[in-house]
Order: sequence, then C-alpha cells, then structure tokens
Amino acid sequence: MTSLAWERRKGSVARFWTSYRTRRAGLYGLAGLVLIALLALTAPWTVGSDVQSVTEAPGTALEPPSAAFPLGTDQFGRSLLGLLIWGARISLLVGLLAATLSVAIGTLVGIIAGHYGGWFSTVVMRITDWFLVMPTLVLAIVLATVMSRSMWTVVLAIGVTSWPTTARLVRAQTIAVESRPYIERATALGGGHRHVMLRHVLPNVMPLVLAQTTLGISTAILTEATLAFLGLGDPTVVSWGGMLQDAREAGAVSSGHWWYLAPPGIAIALVALAFTLCGRAVESVLNPKLGVGR
Amino acid sequence: MTTASTPADVARAEKARATDGAPRTGSSLGYLRHAAGKVGGALVSLLAVLVTSFFLFRIIPGDPVKAMTHGVPTSAEQLATLRRQFGLDLPLWQQFTDYCAKALSGDLGTSFQFRAPVGDLIAEKLPATLLLTGVAVVIYSALGLWLGTRSAWRHGRLGDKLNTGIALTLWSVPSFWLGLILIIVFSVGMGPIPGLFPTGGMESGTGETGFAYALDVAHHLVLPVVTLVAVGYAQTLLVMRSSLLDEMGGDYLTTARAKGLRDDVVRRRHAVPNALLPTVTMIFINLGHVAAGSILVETVFSWPGLGGLFYQALSVPDLPLVQGLFVVFAGAMILMNLIADLLYPLLDPRVGR
Repeated sequence: MTSLAWERRKGSVARFWTSYRTRRAGLYGLAGLVLIALLALTAPWTVGSDVQSVTEAPGTALEPPSAAFPLGTDQFGRSLLGLLIWGARISLLVGLLAATLSVAIGTLVGIIAGHYGGWFSTVVMRITDWFLVMPTLVLAIVLATVMSRSMWTVVLAIGVTSWPTTARLVRAQTIAVESRPYIERATALGGGHRHVMLRHVLPNVMPLVLAQTTLGISTAILTEATLAFLGLGDPTVVSWGGMLQDAREAGAVSSGHWWYLAPPGIAIALVALAFTLCGRAVESVLNPKLGVGR
Repeated sequence: MTTASTPADVARAEKARATDGAPRTGSSLGYLRHAAGKVGGALVSLLAVLVTSFFLFRIIPGDPVKAMTHGVPTSAEQLATLRRQFGLDLPLWQQFTDYCAKALSGDLGTSFQFRAPVGDLIAEKLPATLLLTGVAVVIYSALGLWLGTRSAWRHGRLGDKLNTGIALTLWSVPSFWLGLILIIVFSVGMGPIPGLFPTGGMESGTGETGFAYALDVAHHLVLPVVTLVAVGYAQTLLVMRSSLLDEMGGDYLTTARAKGLRDDVVRRRHAVPNALLPTVTMIFINLGHVAAGSILVETVFSWPGLGGLFYQALSVPDLPLVQGLFVVFAGAMILMNLIADLLYPLLDPRVGR
C-alpha cells in the first residue's frame, strides 16, 4: 500500500512541476529565490560574521560607494554590502518561521473546525472572524512592544496575528473534501476522527497550505521589516528593516544619502516579490479556475 | 504593503463572502434577518475588542506613573495620589468594570501623557487621518478598477503583463521605505531635481487662510498620498482583474455580442457591473484597514494623525490612549466590514432580491 501511495505522490509532483514550468513569472520568482537563498547560506564564508562588528569596522563613517565598499559604509564604518548580504539571513529566516507558524495554526484550526462542525465549529469560526477584524499590524506592534526584543518575539508576533485567512480557506477545503464518498468509506471501515483528519483531509489540503505559506512569507518579510524599522526588532542582529532604521537615525534622509537607504528597501521588495510570484504560480497550477495566473 | 494578506487571498475571501451567508429567501424579510444577524455579530465583536484592549495593554511592562513624572522630583505620597487619581490603585477587576462602564457611555478615559480626555485627543487627530487615507483610498480604488478592467479585458497581452508586473512589484515595496525615498528625491532634492514638496507635516504654519490654506495642505498631501496609492492599488487591480476574468466566459457576454453591441459597450454595461461586486466590498474593507495601515506613512511624513499618536502613546505606555486608539482602529474595521456585509445583497440582484 505504502509503495503505491508513494508512486502516486511522485507522479503528482512530476505533473505539478510540468505545469509549473510553463509559468514564466513563477520561474523568475523561483530563480530569484534560489539565488538569494544561496547568497544567504554562503554568507558566513563570503562576508563573515564579523561584518556586524561595530568596534572592528574597516571603514570610516558614511563613506559613499567606492571600490573598497561598493555600497558605501554606515555610521559605524561597516561595509553596507556586507551588511546587506548578512541581513538576508535574518529576513529569510524570520519570514519562513513566521509564515510556517501562521499557516500551521491556521491549518490546525481550519481542519478541526471543518471536521467537527456544529456549534464547536461556529464558536471557533467566530473567534477566527474576530481575529480577522483585528488590525494585524497594530496587534503585532503591541505584541512586539510587550515582549522582550528578540527574533522569536517578531516570529511570534507575526505568526499569531496572521493565521485567520488560512483558517478560513482550510476550513472551506476540509468541508469540501469531507463531503466526498471516500471519506464515508473510510468512516464505515472504522477510521476514527484522527485517521480521517490526518490521512485523508490533511494530504488534500496540503497543496492549498503550500500556496498559502509561499504567499505568507512575503507578507511576513514585509512585516518583519516594518517592525524592525519601528525599532521593535532584535537590536543585536542586522536586518534589512533595522538597516533602514539606522539609516534614518544617521540622517540619511535629510542629507540625501540615497545610497544608504536604497539597497535594503530594494532587497526587501525583491525577496517579497520573488515569494509572491512563486506563490501565485503554485496557486494557479493547483487551481486554474482562480484566474490568477492567466 | 504591510496590512493583512496578499491580493489573491482577498480575491478568494471576497468571492467566498459573495456566496457565503447571503440570504437565500427572495423576500425583504430575509434581508432584514440577514442584516440583524450581521449587526448583532458586529456588536459582539466590538464588545470583544473592548475587553481585549483592556487586558492586552495591562501586560505592557513599565510603570505609567513613573513615566509620567519622569524627570520631575516626586515624593512617594504624590505618586500614590496620582495612582488614585487614575484609578491604578484599585484591583484589576474593578479597574476593568469601571473601564467597561465608562466605555459604554462613550468615555474612553484620560490620557496619562497629555492629561486630556482620550476622546478629545482622538477627535482632534482624526480629521488629518481621514483626509490622508480618504484621498488615498479614493485614488487607488479608481486607479485599481481602471487598470484591472483594462488588464482583464486584454489578458495575456503585453499591456496586461506589464500592468500586473508593475502592480505586484509596487505591492512588494515597504511603504515606509518608498516614503523615505520620495522625501529624498522630491523634498530634499537630488541632482537636478529641486526640493519640490515639503518633507513632512500637514501645513507650513505661516497662517494662510481659506483657499491658500487648502492649497498648502494639498501640497503637503502629495507625497504621503503617492506613497499610499503606489503600495495599495495592486490589491484593487488584482481583485478586479480576476473577478472580471471569471465573468468573461459568461454566456450573457456572448449574447450581448451577438446582439451586435460594440466591444466597449459589452464591457461597460454588461461585464464590469457584475465583476464590480467583490471589488466594491473590498474597497470598504480597505477603508477599515487604512486607519491602522497608515501608521508608518504618518510616522515617516510626521503627519499629525492617529497613527503617529498611537506610536507616541505606545512608548510611555499611555494606557488609556493606546486602549482608545486600539478600539477606534478595530471599530473602524468592524464598521466597514458590517457595511460591506449589508451592502452585498443590495448590490447583487442575484442574491436575496
């Protein structure tokens, strides 16, 4: 049985890829992601972790771009190019973790609410709706203010405020899946709640969850940058949002140091765009009726 | 854009809303029942927001009384008097019941920081936020609808690809960063470009009146509005585009064409009105979002609105003010969601009428 299931799964992955390959925007996004991920992963060897060090900075403060420092230096004399590459690590990590957390909560709530139905589902969905009308950014700012300044705080603040959309979508999908005859067959053969939810519903909502995660990462990266810009990120780690905050504090705006401000913002936008392109491509492969990728 | 979720989510959520929970009976009684349910739900949400805002902000570390008297020598007695004055010496549950009773009668308490009623402070800053976000939402909705329609009608062509590409790129840009860049380029001036616009604030404060004052405010309004529009119009565009694409296979469009109507008329009179529905409800929901969403743009442009006030209050922490603003932000979302829910069956003749 298991090997048969594996064969089928392999087949569906191959079909998925054949269809994904035809979407050019999705391929651009994927290529961009691979490139950025490589840069971030190899950063310890290419720039080294001492790029963050304020005391052993190689340059003088606020140098414009030159051969030695292609993007110039910050107010502590650190190389901005090195910081930019190092900052990719935290942005990607926080984006991935926060989106995973948010989608995990959403999937759990959605499947449980969709599976059990009745008054329980009504109550859970009421709570979800109530989270949905909460101003997400305000809530995240408050949570980040309340807790200690660390990367995990930011992950938690983004994760627990952004799950309701996923929960709604997964619940709808769960209800659709459970109305199919093979679920009735599974129950008739003695499959319990757990069996139905884990072995039948979960694999069926996984594609949707995957698309949600990819799209959620770009939102999470933007929120992370926002929180860091407001000074709510981890002050000991270099991140793109934090670099923008440093730039603003160093007076880069009023003195017109565009070369300090421009790169981190462009980096954030490129990564967010790459994830959005991938997410939309995945979505349109899985659900051609959406019309997103047409 | 840093609010809520991606355009595709919203498009789907809006379509779900269209078919979900709308009254199925064809009578006005059905609509009334639907409306009563939605109003009831909104009231419950509002109560829940009141409760949350009380408890959420009690966990912010820091002693508000110490922060208030910061830098001023105060005796322990004076501190105790202040605590009593603001009701901070009472047990938590009693503070809570007091707060609820007052909030229900419209009194949101007194700000620690400004020593003024929270309601007055909010009322003072509200017009600036309404002006900024109102202008921005009107412009980006119109722009999104127009470009979305064009994109869908000629989907797959170069124009459509460019349109969606640009919109998605701008959607990925952090709004605060775009604001800073616009300030550098157009306010500080860069190279040959002179400083065209003011760097921040809402007025020059040189005492103009009447038309000159309005012009001055408009001048200050340009850059923040451009920022909000650039980052925000993608959502309307994408929702309109996918909604119109769904309509385009419709038999009624073939019929309209078979009647000999021009392409232009088919689009304007037949396709667009049907595709507009999810977009219109989304615009209302956007209106609810923007109050909170403009926190960053207001901070970057030192716009004297609610967003800036919220950030100021959070750093103290000025509990009554933060609570009040949170209730206002969430209340705006609940109200706009309610309007969208109530409007939907009225706009769509296929449901409920």
